[in-house]
Amino acid sequence: MRRFAADRAKYLLRRAVSSSSSSYPSLSPHSSSFPYSSASSTAFDPPSMGSFPGQSSPVTLQTINPKVLKCEYAVRGEIVTIAQRLQEQLAENPSSLPFDEILYCNIGNPQSLGQQPITFFREVLALTDHPIILDSSETQGLFSADAIERAYQILDQIPGRATGAYSHSQGVKGLRDTIAAGIEARDGFPADPNDIFLTDGASPGVHMMMQLLLRSEQDGILCPIPQYPLYSASIALHGGTLVPYYLDEATGWGLEVLELKNQLEAAKSRGVTVRALVVINPGNPTGQVLAEENQKQIVQFCKNEGLVLLADEVYQENVYVSDKQFHSFKKISRSMGYGEKDIALVSFQSVSKGYYGECGKRGGYMEVTGFSTDVKEQIYKVASVNLCSNISGQILASLVMSPPKVGDESYETYSAEKDGILSSLARRAKTLEDALNSLEGVTCNKAEGAMYLFPRIRLPEKAIKAAEAANKAPDGFYALRLLEETGIVVVPGSGFRQVPGTWHFRCTILPQEDKIPAIVERLKAFHKKFMDEYRD
Amino acid sequence: MSPKALDYEQLNENVKKSQYAVRGELYLRASELQKEGKKIIFTNVGNPHALGQKPLTFPRQVVALCQAPFLLDDPNVGLVFPADAIARAKHYLSLTSGGLGAYSDSRGIPGVRKEIAEFIERRDGYPSDPELIYLTDGASKGVMQILNTIIRGNKDGILVPVPQYPLYSAAISLYGGSLVPYYLEESANWGLDVNNLRDAVRQARSNGITIRAMVIINPGNPTGQCLSEANLKEIIRFCDQQNLVLMADEVYQQNIYQDERPFISARKVLLDMGHPISNALQLVSFHTVSKGYWGECGQRGGYFEMVNIPPQSVEEIYKVASISLSPNVPGQIFLGLMVNPPKPGDISYFKFVQESKGILESLKRRARIMTDGFNSCRNVVCNFTEGAMYSFPQIRLPPKAIEAANRAGKHPDVFYCLKLLEATGISTVPGSGFGQKEGVFHLRTTILPAEEDMAGIMASFKKFNDEFMEQYDDHRGYSRL
Repeated sequence: MRRFAADRAKYLLRRAVSSSSSSYPSLSPHSSSFPYSSASSTAFDPPSMGSFPGQSSPVTLQTINPKVLKCEYAVRGEIVTIAQRLQEQLAENPSSLPFDEILYCNIGNPQSLGQQPITFFREVLALTDHPIILDSSETQGLFSADAIERAYQILDQIPGRATGAYSHSQGVKGLRDTIAAGIEARDGFPADPNDIFLTDGASPGVHMMMQLLLRSEQDGILCPIPQYPLYSASIALHGGTLVPYYLDEATGWGLEVLELKNQLEAAKSRGVTVRALVVINPGNPTGQVLAEENQKQIVQFCKNEGLVLLADEVYQENVYVSDKQFHSFKKISRSMGYGEKDIALVSFQSVSKGYYGECGKRGGYMEVTGFSTDVKEQIYKVASVNLCSNISGQILASLVMSPPKVGDESYETYSAEKDGILSSLARRAKTLEDALNSLEGVTCNKAEGAMYLFPRIRLPEKAIKAAEAANKAPDGFYALRLLEETGIVVVPGSGFRQVPGTWHFRCTILPQEDKIPAIVERLKAFHKKFMDEYRD
Repeated sequence: MSPKALDYEQLNENVKKSQYAVRGELYLRASELQKEGKKIIFTNVGNPHALGQKPLTFPRQVVALCQAPFLLDDPNVGLVFPADAIARAKHYLSLTSGGLGAYSDSRGIPGVRKEIAEFIERRDGYPSDPELIYLTDGASKGVMQILNTIIRGNKDGILVPVPQYPLYSAAISLYGGSLVPYYLEESANWGLDVNNLRDAVRQARSNGITIRAMVIINPGNPTGQCLSEANLKEIIRFCDQQNLVLMADEVYQQNIYQDERPFISARKVLLDMGHPISNALQLVSFHTVSKGYWGECGQRGGYFEMVNIPPQSVEEIYKVASISLSPNVPGQIFLGLMVNPPKPGDISYFKFVQESKGILESLKRRARIMTDGFNSCRNVVCNFTEGAMYSFPQIRLPPKAIEAANRAGKHPDVFYCLKLLEATGISTVPGSGFGQKEGVFHLRTTILPAEEDMAGIMASFKKFNDEFMEQYDDHRGYSRL
């Protein structure tokens, strides 16, 4: 994927520079509409490591941290850049393309596609953002009484009611108390607020754990394949090794402990010390919800092998099938009789997914259990360098873990909004799954949970050759054609990794329900045309 | 029983080595004492709202409306929110891709970045490219990102001022690089002598270190000095000659308490210097909503602007930003509001100016009260806080105190600060957390406690200090500069 960086650079340069005629940025100095743009003509000089003053710049591609170069993140990769360019083209010239809008199905970003936020949550956030209006009678006319009450409660937990102040580096204590209570209500096992670290989204927590665990390239982390590429990217950034374990597509993306064991042994024999196991449940991109029995086997495996269990549970509220239920790994571990001394477990939760979909708020937490005090101090220390996560996100995390209850004034509205969103997601998951399964050579496992479908596409030999000729992976080639002909943006399976020789793409279930028929129609038409063109 | 992955001994060494004193030992002790019921005055971190500074009204009105856009349809919204706040909320919502709850562009909302570019152009007199402005969850995240991009290994050195804000030392340590200190001159009001820079570089190179970047903090933290234009020119020439990226931490640019050295951005000085240096020197400048007269630390809103960074490097920085998806959207709106405040004629203008001026003028007065208060103690020497939010007095400790500290297993300034905390409840950060010359001790406090409390705090400090000196002074002579 080196090539995509160069392509993107060219694209960005084309946008920033008004008159350049060079085909490749490095070869000629050029004028630009921004006289002080980044287009330095010295950018591609041979690297001098500072010993030839003035001859080359310190931050060139040849001299930046190689770990940065190595990491990749396909969700916002090349195909998205092209989509954005096409979107701009449509804005300037609406009839220039065979479709009238770009449909972003690449990213789990519900509110960008029309999903509405939960009213109660936003009421409370507005009030905690602007607390001086709480006492006025006009405010009571604008906000529900229980939102006002909750805002007061939350503000009382924040010293001086100062929502603009840095909080404790783990997050406001009172909010962590609320979250701990929420975890206990969910699982039936106690949670300690001191084990909770509130972060700007779940992702920074993942980064922190990778930083802690990875000492060198000899340290490995077991990750599911296919996986959400935050894991591969953050392992690369922190200089470790990703040890893949393959989910079994034929059995609904099943996770076999035997596979875990085999990969662990193989890694050991290569001199890699495996430190942790990442499990994403419900799965991303695969959408499976683990069975309880399966979860117990995983917990037992981690305990036996002394691995930290990193449980990405951000989709815990997105379950669409009645025969499966979300169980947190903490609950499973405790129900097996395993406590703090038996297993080290980090559970990640976020405000970005579920039925609340508040991606832009950057709220989340990790619950860190089974670690010694001195290790927790190190985690605290790393968290403290960034001082704290954003307060509004912290408040939202506490609301997500303690929403309105039966009897609360806002409960009915809240409940209707939540059920509306979740049932709609379930319907869209089914409709798109059926549509994908109807396509020639395509099979798609059910999305039991999360927000994605990950169909397998079986491409004819001619298509694979055409892809090679275009210097693209077959699924990337397919995804690009899909975009160019229908405006639908998906992420090629190679961005998530897959069993070699198989091809997939990830499509979200998030476009609003009224757009789904058009998507299905365009998809079917495109696929037929594609197969007609390349069928053997 | 085989070692477990997260046993202390099995942790990444870089994590264990890094330190961040601002929330270190003193703060933890202060928190303990607070839990026991002692009244603590937290002056350990630049956190204005925690010490009673009120948020500016207009931005809070705008963001509250953005949080709850259904309010905009309510006929009674005008009873609680002024019309210009309502209009501005609509404006920012229109710039988002689905309101506050949607991930934005990984670099930040394009419309907000454009507003920032326009602000920079007004400030410096040169156009700025929004494509080279990236928004982050606080300026610290941006600093960490840039350092992570530059540092390849422990042979890569970053020039950092001493005393410094320990984000730099912590981040360099976390990323496995080498901190190369250059000492600021306390006797010259914490001025920067280029000879100190040259010495630092020479010494580092002789140890096999490749210097990659130079950090300046202007106005300084903890030292508060404002760099002169001449100083900035020297620094820029030096970085150009030595082939370094200049990282200009300018988060305190609104906090200026004297007229001799107003804030001038590194970028402006660079561009004033013209070709060829203005097209060659690689510069990254940082700003935030946490400081200034805004003090909105909890929002985590910051940005960095890149100058002369090659497109492919920008690509890589973009790529890493995209892994975190996007900075928080409310924080981005705060940034937009900061660079684009109410204008003359706006309904909220008068109140906004009143609030802002009130805060700045009070900070200026408090800077003076604190400096004078410290200087009234015979063993304390304190440079005036020209800018930023801190006071960094030098505490001259008698030999007996140093011995007592050694016996207690503590660094002398930590020892002093712990005693200060226990006696008065004033929670500071020992100078050793920021770096200082050998045998010279300081503490850092903020100028943020409420103005009406200042006299009392300084009196409390003086009483403690004089008693401390009574106890430990035997007129043998002080620790000296």
